[in-house]
Amino acid sequence: MLELCGISKRLGSFHMSDISLKLKESEYFLLLGPSGVGKTVLIEIIAGLLRPTAGRILWCDQDLTFEQPEARRFAVVYQDYALFPHLTVAQNIAYGLRANGTSREALKERPAALAEMLEITHLMDRLPPTLSGGEQQRVALARALAIKPRLLLLDEPLSSLDTTNRARLQKELKRINRELGTTIFHVTHDPEEAMAVGDRIGVMLDSRIRQVSTVEEMFRRPSDPDVARFLGMANVLPVAAVNGDTCTVQGIEVHADPVCDSTSHIWIRPEEIIMSSRPFEGLDRNRFECRILDWGHRDPLIAVHVALTKSVDGEPLDLTCLVTHASFVKLGICIGSKAYLAFRESAVYCF
Amino acid sequence: MTTAARRARRLNWFEMILAFLGSLVLLLVLAPLIRITLATPVGDLHKAIIDHEVLRSIAITIYSAFLATFFSAIAGIPLAYLLARKKFVGRSLLLAVIDLPIVVPHSAAGIALLTVIGRNSLIGRIFGHSLAGTVAGISIAMAFVSLPLLINGAREAFAAVPPRLEKAARTLGAPPARVFFTVSLPLAWRGIASAMIMMWARGISEFGAVVIIAYHPMVTPVMVFQRFNDYGLVAARSVAVLLILICVALFVILRALSRSKSEETPYA
Repeated sequence: MLELCGISKRLGSFHMSDISLKLKESEYFLLLGPSGVGKTVLIEIIAGLLRPTAGRILWCDQDLTFEQPEARRFAVVYQDYALFPHLTVAQNIAYGLRANGTSREALKERPAALAEMLEITHLMDRLPPTLSGGEQQRVALARALAIKPRLLLLDEPLSSLDTTNRARLQKELKRINRELGTTIFHVTHDPEEAMAVGDRIGVMLDSRIRQVSTVEEMFRRPSDPDVARFLGMANVLPVAAVNGDTCTVQGIEVHADPVCDSTSHIWIRPEEIIMSSRPFEGLDRNRFECRILDWGHRDPLIAVHVALTKSVDGEPLDLTCLVTHASFVKLGICIGSKAYLAFRESAVYCF
Repeated sequence: MTTAARRARRLNWFEMILAFLGSLVLLLVLAPLIRITLATPVGDLHKAIIDHEVLRSIAITIYSAFLATFFSAIAGIPLAYLLARKKFVGRSLLLAVIDLPIVVPHSAAGIALLTVIGRNSLIGRIFGHSLAGTVAGISIAMAFVSLPLLINGAREAFAAVPPRLEKAARTLGAPPARVFFTVSLPLAWRGIASAMIMMWARGISEFGAVVIIAYHPMVTPVMVFQRFNDYGLVAARSVAVLLILICVALFVILRALSRSKSEETPYA
């Protein structure tokens, strides 16, 4: 399968260094990174549209680094669809087949089958500029799948779509991956998209890959605070001092298990914070009094932002807690009111 | 009057000044053309139309400008594509070279061309005689002076085609030549066609370089000059009007054709 070995690229002021990655067969791999980190550059390097400055690209142990893009059979689907505006939908889908000298029957059959699968049969005679974004992206997908790609490279394929179309295409992408067994390499800046579709996720920050793991692992055990923050995790806090099994965060002592001397940040998982309108009894560690700052929906839970009232010096410590709708009602939360929160030591993740 | 209404009025003044200055420019172009057409009696024009010499010269002019455009397009369109897509050492120098014919005085360009296609030049020796005084020579002179219009127009047309479309085509299995003929060229076609029309029209109107390469066969701009010199304004006028009318008609028809054909494509 695809293997990237120490890929580096310099393009003017942009540079990307030492990207190494191994994809499994028929896997849906998702690369997550902020805009400008070089995700599109990486896609174009894999596709052969750009030459890496250093490093090698292997496919089943065969070196592809200097292979022309047309010989690789790695189809790319772009965010802006990149459909040929002068060709009809049917001609767009058949483009790759024609280029590869496919037989006359296959030239009709395959596009028709793909169009049926992606429900664009009724659009076959239309020109791309007359289609909606969602329709165009399904045509682009059909065009890419027509050549039976060994690898499908998706560059932010859902970013220009509205919520309904996004959800629909997400489903279709997963289905393609499952039913056709196409290996997919999908890049996006959106952690939610990553959660929704990927088998494994890689996070790319500062032009290098920081962490590669399964979706569950990624959101459970991020490798460093930057990754955690990029994934949109709340309550990633810098540690001022470590003393035994407690660490000091903005003047507040938090108990965690296990803490080591090198712990620089902690992450208090917001869904594991318990809230109450009365002081907790029984628990003697990680109990705090707080004031409600704000709240907002984060389906299916509600995110409540609070400030701990106990802070000794400097700014008060702000935390986000995720509560169910039922407990939100039960707590009678309103902005400015007092509440209590507690969390177990296991809710604290140390970096 | 409200402030908003007053503001709208002030904007109108500004627009009127723009319109006035714009109409001065239009007048500069249209006044001589309309004046000369109206000042020429239909009888004179009819005389010019049935004058074999005049008709022959018009045919030679249109034909040599067509040859110039046709051969320049075959060699020049790939160059325009290269300039639009590739970054290479000497690219800006090449761009400057292509613009040179605009700044070189055309009579000087004619003399310079003579040294390359004249009797004692390499080309002259290969053909056994000078290309001066032939349709080929006229075409070369026309090509020299009008080439920048074709190359620059085609280059802009190619640059307007999103590179991403070509990239997508490559990943779908099309080699570069196939991408050029199935994606880049069809999408840039409208711009290229209008660049070709401009080049052709510029070739027809060329006098300076052509008169030095070939007094005979006589192209119409040279004939206008010759008749003006030999017989005066009235004699030259009817030939000039005929040439103007034919050029404008062809120009309008070709532009309309190149536009309607590419209406469906959003690029170029």
